[in-house]
Amino acid sequence: MLKVGVAWRKISANGIIYSTLALLALLAFNIFASPGFFNLEMKEGHLYGSLIDILRNGAPLMVLAVGMTLVIATGGIDLSVGPVIAISAAVATSMIGKNMGASNLPLPLVILGALAVASLCGFWNGILVSRIGIAPIVATLILYVAGRGIAQMITDGQIVRVFYDPYYFIGGGYLLIPFSLFVVAGVYLAAWLFTRRTAFGMFLESVGVNPNAARFSGISEKNIKLVAYTISGLCAGVAGILISSNLKSADGNNAGLWYELDAILSVALGGTPLTGGRFSLPGSFLGALIIQTLTTTIYSVGVPPQVVMLVKAIVVILVSLLQSNNFRQSIAARFPSRKGAAR
Amino acid sequence: MMLPGLLKRIDRKFLPLIVTILMFVVAFAAASLKYKGFGTPQVFYNMLIDNSFIIISAVGVTFVLISGYVDLSMGAMIAFISMVSAALTEKLGWSPLTTIPFVLLLGMVMGAGMGYMVTYYKVPPFIATLAGMFLARGACFVISTEAININNPFYRSVALYQIPMPGHAFISINVVIMVVMVLLGIYLGHYTRFGRNVYAVGGNEQSALLMGLPVNRTKMLVYTFNGFCSAVAGVVYSFYMLSGYGLNANGFELDIISSVVIGGTLLTGGVGYVVGTVFGVLIQGIIQNIITFDGSLNSWWTRIVVGLLTLFFIVMQRALSSIKTSSPAVNETPPANRSAEST
Repeated sequence: MLKVGVAWRKISANGIIYSTLALLALLAFNIFASPGFFNLEMKEGHLYGSLIDILRNGAPLMVLAVGMTLVIATGGIDLSVGPVIAISAAVATSMIGKNMGASNLPLPLVILGALAVASLCGFWNGILVSRIGIAPIVATLILYVAGRGIAQMITDGQIVRVFYDPYYFIGGGYLLIPFSLFVVAGVYLAAWLFTRRTAFGMFLESVGVNPNAARFSGISEKNIKLVAYTISGLCAGVAGILISSNLKSADGNNAGLWYELDAILSVALGGTPLTGGRFSLPGSFLGALIIQTLTTTIYSVGVPPQVVMLVKAIVVILVSLLQSNNFRQSIAARFPSRKGAAR
Repeated sequence: MMLPGLLKRIDRKFLPLIVTILMFVVAFAAASLKYKGFGTPQVFYNMLIDNSFIIISAVGVTFVLISGYVDLSMGAMIAFISMVSAALTEKLGWSPLTTIPFVLLLGMVMGAGMGYMVTYYKVPPFIATLAGMFLARGACFVISTEAININNPFYRSVALYQIPMPGHAFISINVVIMVVMVLLGIYLGHYTRFGRNVYAVGGNEQSALLMGLPVNRTKMLVYTFNGFCSAVAGVVYSFYMLSGYGLNANGFELDIISSVVIGGTLLTGGVGYVVGTVFGVLIQGIIQNIITFDGSLNSWWTRIVVGLLTLFFIVMQRALSSIKTSSPAVNETPPANRSAEST
């Protein structure tokens, strides 16, 4: 009994266990609620099925969660990713133009352009936070407020539609599995190499745990933050390309709406504390997966899709309470016998 | 030589407030000269009528920000309260005399719930109020996914009643409610013990705690009062729109926060004025009015200008606070300690 208690404590101290359980519970629910949920079919050389749909629709969020994880690891937050998605989508689609089946500019240049502008947006946030010293919520609030205006300015207030198949392939095409998943894999691989195979990840965590201590030990706290926000902008740019290419259009008002909140939620679900410090990229991936599974489940059960917000609220409340030490202690205090066993 | 010294001391504290009010006056005067028919009393009163619910909600948020915390649930709360009011009066046939007290209580309970998570379970305020936002929006759609029109005679007569004002102009009852709430906010902020506690908690929570101030109770009261303000704003909004719909007031949270910032409230806490908030909202109103009167400007300029204004005020706040801390004459806490809010 004693050992079980200790082991449970170790596992439950790591927030990721609750997220894994939540995902498993959701999948188990789907076995009963929507028959055929786990069916995978081959059609015209593509894999089809609800599980593939979840991965495909969740791709932008998964990419976004990478950048958000790094920013949150520094103890910051990026509210502007939704509008940056809209900006990146607007840049990409206006560079392609409205020609039938052709693009004004070569595709690599289009992608590079959109990513460059999105990185610039992230860089701007980073400058405000690291050099001018504005609180992250406020600094990114500025781009949040202005960003959709900028996106509409780029597209002249229109919803730009593109008719260029190679662009559509990025977010909507298949190479056995959806092509966007290769993009996601690439982003995660790059992020993993950058944070775990270089010292950057350690620097990020040290800045998040204690910026002053990091500075005194010779880590350039300002530059670390600047890089984190720039990467977040870059990730939002990738997400913007995925979304706009899948929809074959860019809508300055609605592209990436609510995504900032979902991205923050993914990171929180993944066990990265929102106060900064230790972060987990696989955790954030899991978080994004849970959110998308939740959405797809609600669609497939036939509940009005708007209700997804209510379910998300309950999930957020549960997860944030479970992550709260004060809450766990107050629960433990209610059940003295269990507390004794755990000791 | 008393005057320059006195002026300097007043300036530093009130400078953002004075700049905001001056900016409003100059913008109104310039627009009156440029556009025919702008400088009439009715244009000004219309700005009050159209923004009354935003001002009411912003009063509550001012207190939250002064105490060094944040709330993201206002827009959703406004939609939720107007939805509940519509459902109760139209679907269940409740009398407005029972509906309005009920929804006000509901708003306070929801505000207190978020405050409880923040205060006692140390959930980051951003996440707790995000959950509140999702909960309120989701609940709207559980009530109905369609808009509900309010045909109740009491609501209609309140909505359509015009109070005559000098200069062949009128205001609505909403404006009167707004003025009452603003006066209540000023009274609470500057003439009560609660108000002083809010400023103390926002200035430095640790010091407030060590001074023996009821920090936890103050935080709970701040969130409860904010919930009350959101509920009043929701009631006013249902008078204004005469319907309830789950997507109403979408994205107002951050607009409200940015107008509070434009009104001179420091996001690190401890500094801010309800009066400034009123002008912060009105500046956003005047930008929209100018764009409408001009006709040649596109609507996205509103967002860009508001973003730039927010940036301007935040940078000004930063500059002012760094003058404060670098001056040896004024003993102030360094910003690093002051912003240690949520930990």
